[in-house]
Amino acid sequence: MTGPGSNAPESDAPPRVRSDAPFLISFAILGGAYVLLVLAMLAADASFTSPRHFWAALQSREIRYAIRLSLLTCSLTAILSVWVATPIGYLLSRYRFPGKALLDAILDIPIVLPPLVIGLSLLILFQTRPGRAVQSLIPITYEVPSIILAQFSVACAFAVRTLRATFDQIPVRQEHVALTLGCGRGQAFWMVVFPEARRGLLTAATLAWARSLGEFGPILIFSGATRMRTEVLPTTVFLELSVGNIEAAVAVSLLMVVAAVAVLMVIRIFGLERTPGRSL
Amino acid sequence: MISVDNVSVQAGSFALSGVTFSIPTGSHGILMGRTGSGKTTLLEAVCGLKPVTRGTIRLDGRDVTSLKPGGRGIGYVPQDGALFPSMTVAEHLGFALVVRRWKAAAIRERVQEVSALLGLGPLLARRPAGLSGGEAQRVALGRALACHPSVLCLDEPLSALDDETREEMCAVLETVRRRTGVTVLHVTHSRAEARRLGDCIFQLRDGVVGEAGLTTGAGARRDGVIGGDPFPPQPRPTA
Repeated sequence: MTGPGSNAPESDAPPRVRSDAPFLISFAILGGAYVLLVLAMLAADASFTSPRHFWAALQSREIRYAIRLSLLTCSLTAILSVWVATPIGYLLSRYRFPGKALLDAILDIPIVLPPLVIGLSLLILFQTRPGRAVQSLIPITYEVPSIILAQFSVACAFAVRTLRATFDQIPVRQEHVALTLGCGRGQAFWMVVFPEARRGLLTAATLAWARSLGEFGPILIFSGATRMRTEVLPTTVFLELSVGNIEAAVAVSLLMVVAAVAVLMVIRIFGLERTPGRSL
Repeated sequence: MISVDNVSVQAGSFALSGVTFSIPTGSHGILMGRTGSGKTTLLEAVCGLKPVTRGTIRLDGRDVTSLKPGGRGIGYVPQDGALFPSMTVAEHLGFALVVRRWKAAAIRERVQEVSALLGLGPLLARRPAGLSGGEAQRVALGRALACHPSVLCLDEPLSALDDETREEMCAVLETVRRRTGVTVLHVTHSRAEARRLGDCIFQLRDGVVGEAGLTTGAGARRDGVIGGDPFPPQPRPTA
């Protein structure tokens, strides 16, 4: 409103709204550059190999063993991660207790620590007296269980983050109602919260699986790289590269890309299916 | 009968202390107060969802102060209904009975009874995502009533409904109370609701102790519970 004597008269008219195009185009260019980088890497890989190399890799006894071991260990790690991450995620989401901030930070350590350090720490842990006592019962270091443990150490932290977010999104009031209807805390969890968290559980499991598939650093240190014993797919890439067989290394890399994309598609389809209203 | 005697509740930095009121058996008690006055905290304390630091809560003469929520024999309907998204309406109505390990046939029979009382018959196979606001609140009410509670705690159950649906729900609540004889503690900030439904009306002010903090009202009361008028500028209802 303009008053008498005002130097710069102001207008009540609606402002001229500029086009949204520059904003959207600049964002699309920045985002598109990254997508192009990823696609270019894959295209480069694909140009370096051929269906013949791919087939030859699949025919190799060692590589077939690595594929089987990778699928087995990743699946066991995913199950174990969700099993352990569910209580941690739930307790962190629902309760306040002394030291919660510290616990939260501890749970992030496997995410921020260099993978090699995790492998080294596991190796040292199982050389301590309690570690050796465990190994006298179940051989772990440089054996298959060490692969699962190395994958689990990292993947579980991601599963915890996913499940905590899942439980945060489930209103606590539903549990309150269940409590008044005669449930104990455990019953309320299993009857009300757990069924509702199943998509989050699936997302956490697939994330843990995909993360485990690409795990290499801790496995190299803690499990070694012995063919037909502790060789998983990332180890295969490393071993084939080290002997100069780049075509086979690339073929195995692409195999992992296909597996990872398949798993990530499952996450997208099942994990985000019921979150409408996110797009404009 | 709901009897809250000198009760103190601590919820984070918020505290209620020395709160006393009672609602006679079969009456509809309304608890009013401004946003943030502690109405919901008090209701949750009656339900056993907030720990009581002092005082006694009795339901039908039984001291329930230290009992868990499930052992108090109450039905709880929160503001948003808090339905379970993965369950059908029939599963909601049977939930408390499954927890009590009723036989399947008895559960089916009771679900039919409750759905008939609340007009939920055509909705039994639906899930919460497909229900309107009024339907969702009727399901929440049915879920709370299925196991024959002696006390019903309602936390602003009508606040999110349009006028027409609210009127329908008021009628449903009256029918329920007439047919079941349940004692109701109903938290609301709506004077219209209080007048329409309340037998005894209480006002919670500033979360403060006893007489100063919780004055009892006489809005549309029909039972003689004492106290000052919580709606001074409004004329008394004539109905």
